Amino acid sequence: MRRVGLASAVPRSPMRWLGSVLAYGYLGLVYAFIFLPVVALMLFSFQDGLVPVPPFHGPTLRWYAELFADERMMAALRNSVWVGLTSSAIATGLGFLAAYGLARYRPPAASVIRGVLIAPIAVSYLVIGLGLSIVANQLGVGRSLTLVVIGHVVINLPLAFAVVLSQMSPAQERLEKAARDLGASEVRVLALVTVPVLLPGLLAAFALSFTLSWDEFVIAFLLTRFDVTLPVEIWSSIRTGLDPETNAVGTLVFLLSVGLLAITLAVVSRLSRRRV
Amino acid sequence: MAAVGRTRPEGASTGRGWALAGPALAWTTAFFLAPMVFVLAYSLFRRVGGELVASLSFENYRRAFTEAAFRTALVNSLEVSVITVIASVLVAYPVAYLLAYRMPRRWGQVLLALAVLPFWTSYVVRSYSWLLVLAKEGVVNRTLMALGLVAEPITIANTRAATVIGFVHFFTMLMALTIYASLVQIPESYRKAARDLGASGWRTLVHVTLPLSLPGVVVGAFLTFVLAIGDYITPQILGGAQELLLPQAIMLQVQRSGDFPMAAALSAVLLLVIGLAYLASARRFGLGAR
Repeated sequence: MRRVGLASAVPRSPMRWLGSVLAYGYLGLVYAFIFLPVVALMLFSFQDGLVPVPPFHGPTLRWYAELFADERMMAALRNSVWVGLTSSAIATGLGFLAAYGLARYRPPAASVIRGVLIAPIAVSYLVIGLGLSIVANQLGVGRSLTLVVIGHVVINLPLAFAVVLSQMSPAQERLEKAARDLGASEVRVLALVTVPVLLPGLLAAFALSFTLSWDEFVIAFLLTRFDVTLPVEIWSSIRTGLDPETNAVGTLVFLLSVGLLAITLAVVSRLSRRRV
Repeated sequence: MAAVGRTRPEGASTGRGWALAGPALAWTTAFFLAPMVFVLAYSLFRRVGGELVASLSFENYRRAFTEAAFRTALVNSLEVSVITVIASVLVAYPVAYLLAYRMPRRWGQVLLALAVLPFWTSYVVRSYSWLLVLAKEGVVNRTLMALGLVAEPITIANTRAATVIGFVHFFTMLMALTIYASLVQIPESYRKAARDLGASGWRTLVHVTLPLSLPGVVVGAFLTFVLAIGDYITPQILGGAQELLLPQAIMLQVQRSGDFPMAAALSAVLLLVIGLAYLASARRFGLGAR
């Protein structure tokens, strides 16, 4: 295998050398572009001053202290965790049942079921939020976090369903058949064979759903009024201008998401390795 | 998923599949399909003097395409989304190419993972981060002024440029992923054969690599277009309210005027544009790849 290697090759001609410099330089520029806002966000969360702009003074943990003392932010954080956990649990549960039903029983018109369940992916969150908002108005239901949970299940269900469905395999089906032949009831098969074997897929679906719900703004914005989720609270603090406390909360949200991602990847790959 | 019932469990199993899918179907029907029907119905209603009138009129659609404010929003949205798609492809393709072909596979994957790391900042926070960088007193202006390159801060925030920068930042990451996935699927022997037959590196790129990686470009471009044109957050935070994009116009109808029928009609227009984008690119999705 020939590698015109940036990493390995000793430049053989001036042209090639120039090419390598250009390539490295370009990658460096793009990565600087990609990381610039994140670095600015994190750095100025430690700003010892009232505005998160250069020159940098500090570091100080003052804004993190203010953040944790900020009752509105903390309430929004709790709301977001609650909405995320509830909507992800419902989406993963419903998605699992549907995927299981489709993969194992192959009902007639399965493609219709699949089409309907995947459909919300094609519609912008803004329009989904608008639709729910119109229906809630019609029914005279006030805006609330419960409505946000409902909306987040709508956007997460297609993904949870698709993730679980992609993890269904004939090998698992044979295991289930074996359990059934040995006299296990349907419920026992589901609880003792299907779910444990599918655990990595279920966890992945749950984590993906949680991340999306945790980050979702427009639906939450349209469907809440006083009790809001974290992105909505951050949104209202942005409207008052640049503020180091917003940097602090943004940094924390980023670290939490990356942490969650790392844990999920570790757990899923561990579980998959000892899987059938 | 296997399509045909090979080992269909005997007996009452036909209904069981539907029964298991039932709760999910019910949820999607009640909270997605029904609201979409309401959106379409509302788009035909009128709002007269603050009162909702259930009618069957295309007046909202006529206004969406003829009234200056709405038509400009639609045109702005189309322009910004197309510029975003083109700029993102131009930035991301060389990145994906270098990571796929000029680096050892392991390094390429590490760098790719690094490139998508900022994906995990919250979307609202990411737009705010760009505000830190682009604002009048922000990182870019302070740096330019400290270097003596400009005397007065340049205006980037609250312009279309800021929206496009925010979009390109986000979608370069996405596009690098889809293009990279396409590039690593091209068998190395193809490029080698082209070189052995005497094609220059450039010709190999244009006549072999580029056409074979087109599916990745089209998938990335489609996703970018759809997500960009439907996004409210980035234009609102970075672009500001001077030049409205379609999602901002929709939100304005809801928040400011409480005109749900007009918002519904504009939403239907948005969905129509997305549908057309799908039709335009769908034929190309399957090309090559395998």
